[in-house]
Amino acid sequence: MSHATKKWEVFPGRNKFCFDGKIIMGPDVTIFYINIFLIVGTTLLFIIFECPYLTVKVSPFIPVITLLLFIFVMSTLLKTSFTDPGIIPRATADEALYTEKQIKITACGDVSADRPPPRTKEIFIRGQSVKLKYCFTCKIFRPPRASHCSLCDNCVDHFDHHCPWVGNCVGRRNYRYFYLFTVALSFYIAFVFICTCIHLYFLSENRVVVEAVKDSPASVIVLLVTFFSCWSVFGLAVFHTYLAASNQTTNEDIKGSFSNKRGGSSRNPYTSGNGCSNCCYVLCGPFSPSLIDREGFITPDLVEKNIINERQPTKMNTSTYVSSNTATVHYPWNGMKSYPVMNQSQKMQSSVIPGQQFNKQIFIEKSSPTSLDDGNLYSKRRPVMYEKVDEQTEQNSKLFQKKNQLEIDISKLDLDLDDIETPSSFVDNKNTLCLEPLSASKLKLLHDTTMIESALDLDSLEESTSSVGANSHAGLIKNKHMI
Amino acid sequence: MSSARLSNISSTQNCIKVYVQRDYSQGTLVRFQTHLPDELIDKLELSAFQYTVNQLNNFFEEAESTSCKTYCQGCCACLTAYLMFICVESHYEKVLKKVARFVTEQNEKIYAPRGLLLVNPAERGLRVIEILIINQPVISRA
Ligand SMILES: [Zn+2]
Ligand SMILES: [Zn+2]
Repeated sequence: MSHATKKWEVFPGRNKFCFDGKIIMGPDVTIFYINIFLIVGTTLLFIIFECPYLTVKVSPFIPVITLLLFIFVMSTLLKTSFTDPGIIPRATADEALYTEKQIKITACGDVSADRPPPRTKEIFIRGQSVKLKYCFTCKIFRPPRASHCSLCDNCVDHFDHHCPWVGNCVGRRNYRYFYLFTVALSFYIAFVFICTCIHLYFLSENRVVVEAVKDSPASVIVLLVTFFSCWSVFGLAVFHTYLAASNQTTNEDIKGSFSNKRGGSSRNPYTSGNGCSNCCYVLCGPFSPSLIDREGFITPDLVEKNIINERQPTKMNTSTYVSSNTATVHYPWNGMKSYPVMNQSQKMQSSVIPGQQFNKQIFIEKSSPTSLDDGNLYSKRRPVMYEKVDEQTEQNSKLFQKKNQLEIDISKLDLDLDDIETPSSFVDNKNTLCLEPLSASKLKLLHDTTMIESALDLDSLEESTSSVGANSHAGLIKNKHMI
Repeated sequence: MSSARLSNISSTQNCIKVYVQRDYSQGTLVRFQTHLPDELIDKLELSAFQYTVNQLNNFFEEAESTSCKTYCQGCCACLTAYLMFICVESHYEKVLKKVARFVTEQNEKIYAPRGLLLVNPAERGLRVIEILIINQPVISRA
């Protein structure tokens, strides 16, 4: 063999690799380049047109500070973009098979054989019940806090969000860089903005401002860029400071995984309780290693066993593939329903999940797609998925009626209850926001223009509903007792 | 020795593989369950298995604990704009090397004589501990 294949060359996700696997990036880096262009361009304008004047008039330290801040901002930005965010390697064919067996064994224990086994696993973290969801792409039960990035097509540990501005996922391994980047960039922008203002102020002494602007048109460009970027960057920095202090991820915050609104029983099991130590852990905690070994060599037997098996299922694990490509959802009122689990791209095109009485639709707020940048995404993203609330309450009452008639075992209702209980928490949001159903073509457009689905993390929408399951479940059991 | 042998052995397609799952009861730190899988009950003493897993758990606890040293390293790295790690190994990486050494040693002492092979959890993304049962093929070939 003249050329030894390295593992990154056959990496199953959609990440890009440069320099023989030394650098890993997200699949689309256009916005990342725009980001770099903005930062470098503004810095150059500032250094060329503002610094000489300010050095003489104000302080010789201004170019020094500028340079230090610029280096720090760029290094954290590049570090965020080029670091493996904490991708969890996919299961080998054997491990997938073992998990499959394990699922069947546990299913046989408590559910009748005709029902396909549930694809969730309940575990307890410091006494707090957490549901692990099975990832059909990676063939693993996602570890707690991990989520599947639809853009990179990988499960990422401690998944925060996929940030198009840095062109990479933000997860366990690069969150600290990302956080420092937002904070450093806020300082940098504020610094440049104030310096430019001072420059213009000096220029316009004893004159009209317009004349000063004519003297230094570059100042206006710098002022405009910094003014418009500062809001979203400041917002982002403050938001992530809050998240770091409370030890949450953006993903969990959006889903409201630990909100107290739903009965208060879902506290955050990961926080140390102290905001300061949480922040310290983010900034100075241990540096976890990359788990994908992208520079390792592929041995022939590895190819034989893991990769080929993964791409074209052999006889041995055909059953695995069949069962993992269809998921069956059991609605007690209209029997068993089986539908193929679509991969992300398919999901994008058909947003309506099949189901006769129970059409789920994804709604999204009306907003011009181009104005979505990271900063204001956070404020807008929260109400991502709604279901028709009125219909839902109807469905809800129907369910209760039927439930009483059929006396269905509560433990079997798991999946269904999750789907119904969630929307009630969004009822109050409904009136304040202008909603419209998202058609397939629109989703496609959104996908092309803003990559919003990265933020939505479609794959785990169901997960978000199921995470509420524990509460709603408990509530229902209570209800049942009362009846 | 170990890596060469490992690839040799894992090319024998049909050996049973047993997976020890992660234990999340104490948070998202890397910890593995100390419950001996059923497949291994007649092949491995519970105490030997628990020693291995506990030892691995201790290693990872050491790697992820927030001692003064790790905080210092974090701060230093931050001040050098994370250029430090080009030449310095992180605390976690050092521990991973210890883990690799420990796994090799355990394989030689305990697992290989019993026809088992322990796979370094780092090679499986720290998700599972894989234990191969080598001398018992799934399908016996004529
Ligand atoms: Zn996944
Ligand atoms: Zn991503």
